[in-house]
Amino acid sequence: MISFEGVTKRFGAWTAVDNLSLTVAAGEFRVLIGPSGSGKSTVLRMMNRLIAPDAGTIRVEGEDIARLKPETLRRRMGYVIQSVGLFPHWTVERNIAAVPDLLGWPRARVRDRVTELLTLLNLDPERYRGAYPHELSGGQQQRVGVARALAAEPHILLMDEPFSALDPITRGALQAEMAAIHTATGTTIVFVTHDMDEALALASRIAILDRGRLVQSGTPLDILTDPADDRVRDLVGREEWGLKRLAVETVAERTRPGETAPGDPLAAGASLRQALAAMVARGTDRLPVADGQGRPMGALHLADLLRGPDRS
Amino acid sequence: MTRLRPIHNRVALLLAAMTVAAALALPFLGFAPNRLLSGKAIALGAVPGAGWSGAALLPVALLLAVPFLRPGRAVNALYVGAGVLAAAGLVWLAGQHAALLAAVASPAARTSFGAGFWVMEAAALLAVLDGVRRLGLGPAGRVAVGVLAAALIGGQFAAGHLDQLSIMREYANQRDVFAGAVLRHAALVAAALPPTLLIGVPLGIAAQRSAAVGRLVFPVLNVVQTIPSIALFGLLLAPLSALAAAFPGLGIGGVGPVPAVIALTLYSLLPIARNTAAGLAGVPEPVREAARGIGMTPRQIFWRVEAPLALPVFLAGLRITLVQAVGLAAVAALIGAGGLGAIMFQGLFANALDLVLLGAVPVILLAVAADAALKLASALALSRLGRTAA
Amino acid sequence: MRRLRSLLTDRLALGLLVLAALVLGMPALKPLFAAAFPALDRPLYEADGFLALTLDHLALAGGASLIAVLLGGAAGIAVTRPFGREFRGILDAVAAMGQTFPPVAVLAVSVPVLGFGPAPALIALTLYGLLPIVENTVAGLESVPEPVREAARGMGMGPGALLWRVELPLAAPVILAGVRTAAVVNLGTAAIASTVGAKTLGLPIIVGLNGSNPAYVIQGAVIVAALAVVLDAGFDRLAARLTRWRPNAV
Repeated sequence: MISFEGVTKRFGAWTAVDNLSLTVAAGEFRVLIGPSGSGKSTVLRMMNRLIAPDAGTIRVEGEDIARLKPETLRRRMGYVIQSVGLFPHWTVERNIAAVPDLLGWPRARVRDRVTELLTLLNLDPERYRGAYPHELSGGQQQRVGVARALAAEPHILLMDEPFSALDPITRGALQAEMAAIHTATGTTIVFVTHDMDEALALASRIAILDRGRLVQSGTPLDILTDPADDRVRDLVGREEWGLKRLAVETVAERTRPGETAPGDPLAAGASLRQALAAMVARGTDRLPVADGQGRPMGALHLADLLRGPDRS
Repeated sequence: MTRLRPIHNRVALLLAAMTVAAALALPFLGFAPNRLLSGKAIALGAVPGAGWSGAALLPVALLLAVPFLRPGRAVNALYVGAGVLAAAGLVWLAGQHAALLAAVASPAARTSFGAGFWVMEAAALLAVLDGVRRLGLGPAGRVAVGVLAAALIGGQFAAGHLDQLSIMREYANQRDVFAGAVLRHAALVAAALPPTLLIGVPLGIAAQRSAAVGRLVFPVLNVVQTIPSIALFGLLLAPLSALAAAFPGLGIGGVGPVPAVIALTLYSLLPIARNTAAGLAGVPEPVREAARGIGMTPRQIFWRVEAPLALPVFLAGLRITLVQAVGLAAVAALIGAGGLGAIMFQGLFANALDLVLLGAVPVILLAVAADAALKLASALALSRLGRTAA
Repeated sequence: MRRLRSLLTDRLALGLLVLAALVLGMPALKPLFAAAFPALDRPLYEADGFLALTLDHLALAGGASLIAVLLGGAAGIAVTRPFGREFRGILDAVAAMGQTFPPVAVLAVSVPVLGFGPAPALIALTLYGLLPIVENTVAGLESVPEPVREAARGMGMGPGALLWRVELPLAAPVILAGVRTAAVVNLGTAAIASTVGAKTLGLPIIVGLNGSNPAYVIQGAVIVAALAVVLDAGFDRLAARLTRWRPNAV
């Protein structure tokens, strides 16, 4: 879907991206993570040609993007930035409709699409359609920012630290919505962050960058269980490693089917970290598990959390 | 990148093009048999170029070369220097040629600056501005360059080198009138200042303390500011004439300096009141609270905390007021207030163009001087607060 | 009844009404001026029609403002694009310095260079009007937040779409303030331009002042003042319309 082959970018004497090769597969939720100055934003901004590489080739859906008109390329991709960048003089509706308007969609289709997106992002269409950006909270603004990026049904969504400026509760809600949107639409998402918890929660694959080079690329579990070097271990957080490890797996994967236990059931989709928190809070070493419809699935034991990942 | 580009300074290139076009297509000087007739054009090429006269044009030639030189401190310094010398040299050349012509022509004949001179002079001064910016000179350096240019040009006036140019011939004729007009002009502006401050500052303070006062005062002052000066003078004519008729002993009339000062005051109230209010509104609330917290009385808070912090914004308002008043005082000549405007309008009504310049150019210089003086005062006030001028 | 009340509270409509009444109905006020100034032989300015003077006045002030908007706007846009950035500093300096020159002096100085008549006056007014417009166009375009620009580029707007759809609409309130300054100054300077050979509403004022005829002066002055009030109200209306998206929009 997106491939970098030997890409280098320098700003003056400083090399932001150094001979990078990287592939993002179709349908992936790919998180780029690294300390500031690691080149992660530069990599993202080269994907839609906001920055041009000094050397190397970048292909999107097989095409060398250096041969494409930047505007054409960008209209095929959604782009969300930390500072949102809503157009303050346009209503929410017109902001979301920006790319469809550029592409010349018929009016009725644009309107339907706006309604659909506002609903998808949990904003009441009738209430917010005509509002101006300054009337929205920070979280609502970024919801509109995401809706605007998704408006023209792009195959690729680029997100540059989109939730870093939000408070933890709003950030959590938006992360859950992004995960749901990814599952529902299958859009390829490239997501830049410096927050490892966010990366572990959202990514199907993570790429860790440092000083413009790729340090490690793999699934969240790979990163946690098999860190490439000390830089990765530092990023993952040595002390909290265990909790992070628990956070990337769901209750369903460790549930003992058919067993029962007393108390309110855990949701099968909850993380093992949440399960541990619930056990500590309730002072028990066993909890029942229920599926999405609330039907009993089995039970989870504290001991199950201590096992290594199931590699069978 | 610069290696492939033969043009290194496109601003200088534009100024060079202006200079060449003006030198070729526009008259450098005008020569008229007397002060009321329009003159015949003298091109730069017709001005004798031997000896010192040719040397005066050397800096102009240097300016033409600047766009093609690789930029650096030396080239930018050359740029500024050539600009200053070109500005002075063009004036010198005009004065020199006027003297040559005066030696052979009738005493009534007049030599005046032509459009070509003005364009070339403007290009030279703009080159100085651009060069100073590229050199990155600080305030002191800028003042030094300005003083140097003013001295080189002003020195020629003082030394009598320009006496045969028509504007100076006009000045010689009007010497006494001119001195009186400058004083009268300054007096008009100065006379409006006390009433402006006495009314405007309290209005500004009141508007900042009470939003209701602000809502009442500013729209009215805004409309006054919008009404053209000449119309306001006209509108004041009727009530003031009536007042004069009713109380002949007051010395008030519909025309003369008194209505001029009244109108100047009315116009000055808006910038003074607005900037007083804005300056006070800009005082951070925590600072006020801290002042209250250490036990200052409201009066102490105002004089020791609010007033000094609001001073730079207030001075900006004063600058706008003074610059505006210099121009308005010129219009006030139409209602018989005197000043430099009287010379200017006398020239316009009599079609005596040198007289127009003798009135108008000092008005511009006065406004620029007032602007520079108040900017300096603002910078000083700001530096005392430990901030840098914006 | 409600219509009448809304008309009376609408400064623009009311101003236009008063202006029209003054311009068209001034001859009807002749008896009033005759009564107020019994010493005058001619209590009404009749050398030119007030309608014609008003239209000439508007043509001069409006024409100059319009040309200044086009030229000043273009210059302001040019120096904020990459190709024109080099001219930014010198343009700023000229705009700041030029605005300290009193407009009446600029008008007067233009006569020796350009000559008498409406055309030189138009040039002088245009040049002067350029300064605030250039200054505010640059300031307005610079005030567009960088993230907004980046978002626009990121979604595939080209330089043209970015300018017309995003930058100019966002800069419009600031640009409008510059146009307003230029228009107000031009309205006043156009009145004085009757001393340099342009027929405007300043003519009755000048003729009246020179001939000691206060009636002429008042007739010219009230129409100019009414024009100014209408202009002010009109710009208020326009500014409100252009800033509806702002947090404190009224």
